[in-house]
Amino acid sequence: MTNLLAARAQMAVSLAFHIIFAEVGIALPLMMTIAEWRWLRTGDGAYLDLAKRWAKGTAILFAVGAVSGTVLSFELGLLWPGFMRYAGAIIGMPFSLEGFAFFTEAIFLGVYLYGWDRIPARAHLASGALVAVSGALSGIFVVIANAWMNAPAGFRLVGGQPVDVNPLAAMANPAALSQTIHMTIAAYASTALAVAGIHAYVLRRRRGAPLTEELARFHRAALAVSLSIGIPAAIVQPISGDLSARFVAERQPVKLAAMEAQFQSVRGAPLRIGGWPNVAKEETRYSIEIPRGLSFLAFHDPNALVNGLMAFPREEWPPVRVVHASFELMLALGSAMAIVSLWAGWVAIRRRRLRYEAADRWLLAALVVTGPFGFLATEAGWLVTEVGRQPWIVYGVMKTKDAVTPMPGLIVPFSLVTLLYCGLGVVVIWLLWRQIVSTSGEFGGQRSKEFIGTGVSE
Amino acid sequence: MSLNIYALSAGADFGGGVWDLLASGPRRERQRELIAKAIAPIWEANHVWLILVIVLLFTAFPSAFALLMTQLHIPMTLMLIGIVLRGSAFTFRSYDSRRDSVQRRWGRVFAIASTATPVLLGCIVGAIATGSISTAAVTSASFVDVYVRSWLEPFPIGVGLLAFLLFAFLAAVYLTLEARDDAMREDFRTRALAAGAAVAVVASIDLALARSSAPLVWSALTEGTLATALRIGAVLASLGAMAALWRRSFRQARIAAILEVSLIVWGWALGQFPYLVPPEITVENAAAPTATLRLVVIALVVGLAVLLPSLRYLFKVFKANPG
Repeated sequence: MTNLLAARAQMAVSLAFHIIFAEVGIALPLMMTIAEWRWLRTGDGAYLDLAKRWAKGTAILFAVGAVSGTVLSFELGLLWPGFMRYAGAIIGMPFSLEGFAFFTEAIFLGVYLYGWDRIPARAHLASGALVAVSGALSGIFVVIANAWMNAPAGFRLVGGQPVDVNPLAAMANPAALSQTIHMTIAAYASTALAVAGIHAYVLRRRRGAPLTEELARFHRAALAVSLSIGIPAAIVQPISGDLSARFVAERQPVKLAAMEAQFQSVRGAPLRIGGWPNVAKEETRYSIEIPRGLSFLAFHDPNALVNGLMAFPREEWPPVRVVHASFELMLALGSAMAIVSLWAGWVAIRRRRLRYEAADRWLLAALVVTGPFGFLATEAGWLVTEVGRQPWIVYGVMKTKDAVTPMPGLIVPFSLVTLLYCGLGVVVIWLLWRQIVSTSGEFGGQRSKEFIGTGVSE
Repeated sequence: MSLNIYALSAGADFGGGVWDLLASGPRRERQRELIAKAIAPIWEANHVWLILVIVLLFTAFPSAFALLMTQLHIPMTLMLIGIVLRGSAFTFRSYDSRRDSVQRRWGRVFAIASTATPVLLGCIVGAIATGSISTAAVTSASFVDVYVRSWLEPFPIGVGLLAFLLFAFLAAVYLTLEARDDAMREDFRTRALAAGAAVAVVASIDLALARSSAPLVWSALTEGTLATALRIGAVLASLGAMAALWRRSFRQARIAAILEVSLIVWGWALGQFPYLVPPEITVENAAAPTATLRLVVIALVVGLAVLLPSLRYLFKVFKANPG
């Protein structure tokens, strides 16, 4: 493994790990706030229990998100000092703002977690809302920095050095809008549908004793709150994806060509579904082609010219197979989520209320299946944007190989970080299972009353 | 302008230090519960100081950041692993079952990581002060010369030890105030006295080492009235803290201890000024373009305007009904 590859692998592992916690940190606080709001409105204890459980989940995941985020801020310098020397002054701004947003989030999460019996209900609800808002903001700031790497702006190059640095213009880079929208919606859709999947699973479970009415009410409430976010997010996401894809088509044609595994430049390019690109032979086989589909989607003109990979020098091609396969995977998972969401939305409209029963067996089964899809789609989509940008770290400006640290033996930290994260991942899943999922069977029993009485600081 | 930023980020740094020590020192204490209770509501916020310092450093002084992260790759990575383990072990311990064996396991991870992290942090600071970190060194042939020798020397290790002892000292002083009964208060008092004495010893050794290893810091600390005042102030503060501990005036001890640590941090900053990473990188030549600095200052002011009242609110909520 070369040093560059080890550095990329370490960054990839760190980001892949962090992105999940970041998504949950954005969406779960919103769900917990909605649940608390429903409790205040209806007085239904199921919503209070829900708010407390989700708050506890938020606390655990937020802590892991915080440490893995710290790791990333160090790794930017540890692995890519060339990049930071160059870009720190230009895109440090959104990172600094993210620091503040994140700080606000931490403070109000503290208030929310430990303040159940100490502050007025309205103030408590408001601090939950602040956690949700600052969580979303910190995600947006980080994605703005990533967008700059795709569409660098806010400086001029003179003799290879950036001059006339304008951090605000850098933040307002052309990729920022489409990327932040796509990522933020992804966070809501992924987290909400994952939570819905868990509760759908318990609600439709047949083995063991049937759920008590109180327990069923709890899971119905959980489904209602999570789907109130998941349904709109998953349905809107393909539209924002279209926005992102059109940006890529215009500004990063090589990336688009790799995403679609389009080797030849043609007018009226087809949309490929599936397929396996053969880079050596410069062709893609075994795919279903929809005539003129790509030209239409990318440029909203069925006869538009799509530049294929061969229009660009070979050394500027990203790894085509990874990018194409990830892109297809993201599309497939996202479409499945949108379809199931449409179905769930249609059921709710027909009933004129957001309520799902154990009797909705097929719908619940579909929700269980799509539960993990959002996180998988996020990872795939992130691979598309990051690997698709290669060999550049700053698109068109700086190559990744020129940014990497001269420190030899990077395989050692890579192995350490990977091991550490595998361990952490296992512990987190185990902990969440024990704290949130497995105890929900005891709802209505003594433990749950205790839980409500003492809050999360039990 | 850059001076301003330097002062502010050093201030944040110092705040981070003060907070972190709260969570760092006390690991050996058997009464873990008290410590956990003292840390639980605020550790997230403390942790974020660190992130804030890092992002401000790379925004305002990108070349210094890049150089440090390259040559101090090894201690930085180790410290990072320490931070990860410490943070997650603490969280897991708070949310995990209350069975003793599980608690002890997380407690041990937390303790080891909490010890290693400040030592490494001190090593890094010490290595910077020796002046062995420079772009010229990166091109030198030997791996050990470039990536190891700068921080694995007596002086940086001495500074690491000093940092660790300072954190332990401050935490013990704080805990004398947090303790609810006399036996525990006495425990922490003894610990604070021991740590305080150790601080004095190690600080003297470090100062002696600085003469040859970190001549820049040495001369800055021994020459000039401001430096002398700061040095005498730090010594007085430490004597005051010890005396107050001896007399069991724990509130005074806390004030004196905070003063002592702040004076050491400021003295150090002054000792290095105008260098960020001697002998090459100064505040002046590492600073980001003016446009960036101006925005960073604005962000700092606005950010703090939001953060400080929020923090006050957080503390108010918990002071109102300690439980």
